[in-house]
Amino acid sequence: MHWMIRLRRYSAVAFAAVSIASVAACASSTDKVASTASSVAGAVKAAADPAACAKSATLTSGKLTIATGTPAFSPWVENDKPESGEGFEAAVAYAIADKLGFAKDKVIWVRTSFEEAIQPGKKSFDFNMQQFSITDDRKKAVDMSSSYYTTNQSLVGYADSKAGSAKAVKDLAGLKLGAQAGTTSLEFINNVIKPSNKPFVYDDNVGAKAALESKQIDGIVVDLPTGFFISAVEIENTKVIGQFAPEAGKADQFGLVLDKGSKLTSCVDGALAKLTADGSLAKLVTTWLADKTGAPVFAK
Amino acid sequence: MALTRRQIFERRQRRRSLTAAALSTAAVVLAVVLLVPLAPGWERVQNSFFDGTVLRTTWPGLLRAFWLDVKIFLWCAPCIVLWGLAIALCRGVRAPALFPLRIFGALYTDVFRGIPVILTIYLIGFGVPGLGLDRPWNSPYIWGSVALVLAYSAYVAEVIRAGIESVHEGQRGAARSLGLSSAQTMRFVVLPQAIRRVVPPLMNDMVSLQKDVALISVIGPIEVLRQAGIDKSKLANFTPYVGAALIFLAVTIPLTRLTDWLLRRQVERRTGSAVQ
Repeated sequence: MHWMIRLRRYSAVAFAAVSIASVAACASSTDKVASTASSVAGAVKAAADPAACAKSATLTSGKLTIATGTPAFSPWVENDKPESGEGFEAAVAYAIADKLGFAKDKVIWVRTSFEEAIQPGKKSFDFNMQQFSITDDRKKAVDMSSSYYTTNQSLVGYADSKAGSAKAVKDLAGLKLGAQAGTTSLEFINNVIKPSNKPFVYDDNVGAKAALESKQIDGIVVDLPTGFFISAVEIENTKVIGQFAPEAGKADQFGLVLDKGSKLTSCVDGALAKLTADGSLAKLVTTWLADKTGAPVFAK
Repeated sequence: MALTRRQIFERRQRRRSLTAAALSTAAVVLAVVLLVPLAPGWERVQNSFFDGTVLRTTWPGLLRAFWLDVKIFLWCAPCIVLWGLAIALCRGVRAPALFPLRIFGALYTDVFRGIPVILTIYLIGFGVPGLGLDRPWNSPYIWGSVALVLAYSAYVAEVIRAGIESVHEGQRGAARSLGLSSAQTMRFVVLPQAIRRVVPPLMNDMVSLQKDVALISVIGPIEVLRQAGIDKSKLANFTPYVGAALIFLAVTIPLTRLTDWLLRRQVERRTGSAVQ
């Protein structure tokens, strides 16, 4: 559990660094969140009164059961303690709970793997939050809420390596790249970067980090906030070499996972619409996530 | 040609047992096929694990990824047998001066059988390249394979050692009395008999290796199980794993049957035909 200890030790530093960086340019990211959240809403009709809607729709009446990862990583959940409300997803979860009419002490946290989130049968949670990208394929198996965060993919690597000087997407084709399993990053590598070497895939940051350190790969493709976290905290001397401009309508949008046909889906969408409209979602972004403009955009 | 009474009796017995086996199998299959779909959650389970469209779309990718498993298996298996043989010979040396070899053999098998294969793969696959090797010598294909060879040769060494020890001491005595040296005795008398005896259990280890090749995916390479995992995450559906399982079965079942057949043939050779 060596890496967990590292995570804990450094996450306070990371948090400080990340929030300072993000305050600097909150205005631009505010616009982005607001516009994307409203563009995806509409698949399921969002409830106008989320609290009334959620009243009889939860697993345990009077309580809201929220699931996160095992373990949950920064900057999404700080210190693997979602109960603290620290970290972007933990904070958004409590904000949604509030809009659904559940006070902080009525929220129960459970842990699931990705598999448990999509397995058939009764779910152990009301909604599950661990950077699930919204895709049509996934919507066939589970309900997905509207988006609470939109991100670009980014490339993390050593600043002084061959990858470190890349300026355009075409500079990356000759590199050996890695991605995390279960993310959309691998698809992104195959469809957009189209490297000549087969990409490698790791179970988690730890594996990708080991491969990067032993120079088996030149860079890791991850979502931008995770990229900032890896480069600032987890692997020394690395940086976010660049972020990728989204293909038309193809930016990664994170949504909550709910049981297929859950009554709560429209309530959650309603809550998210309210949080977007009153600006609190954008505020949480600037509090917990690094500023997107901190990384250069790769030329096409 | 007229059948003897005994042949008629045996034929009737055979038919009777065949009918009984067919009937009971049909009853069990029917019960499963009829009863399972009656469970309330069956439709969801079916959609998550047995989705035909998902299987069709992911199948070609799975097959391509499986080719990597096959390649890793093909270059690992001979190395494992050779290295396992070397370890087994180490454990079996009798010359007092070579005692350190015996210690090495015993330690080696203890350590590599005792720790999980996945840890060996992490340790060798990330650790050795981390020492500062340059490309292409830090490739996860190389060090993942080395890890598999190290882990599996420990098992194989024990199997071969058991084979060597099963050769009667009298064989050695006879060989030495004919003037063969200790090494010649091992090479020309003991090993040929030992290896023949351990082929079926070795096949067993190979079947198991065939599946454990998939563990290499933890250090990066996209083999069939990882490909299935990727498809699973993408489609939020477990069917790709079922596809991977089908591919594994297509290889391991014939291998297992071959092992069974070899075993049976060996038993028959040593003890005569099987009693019904």
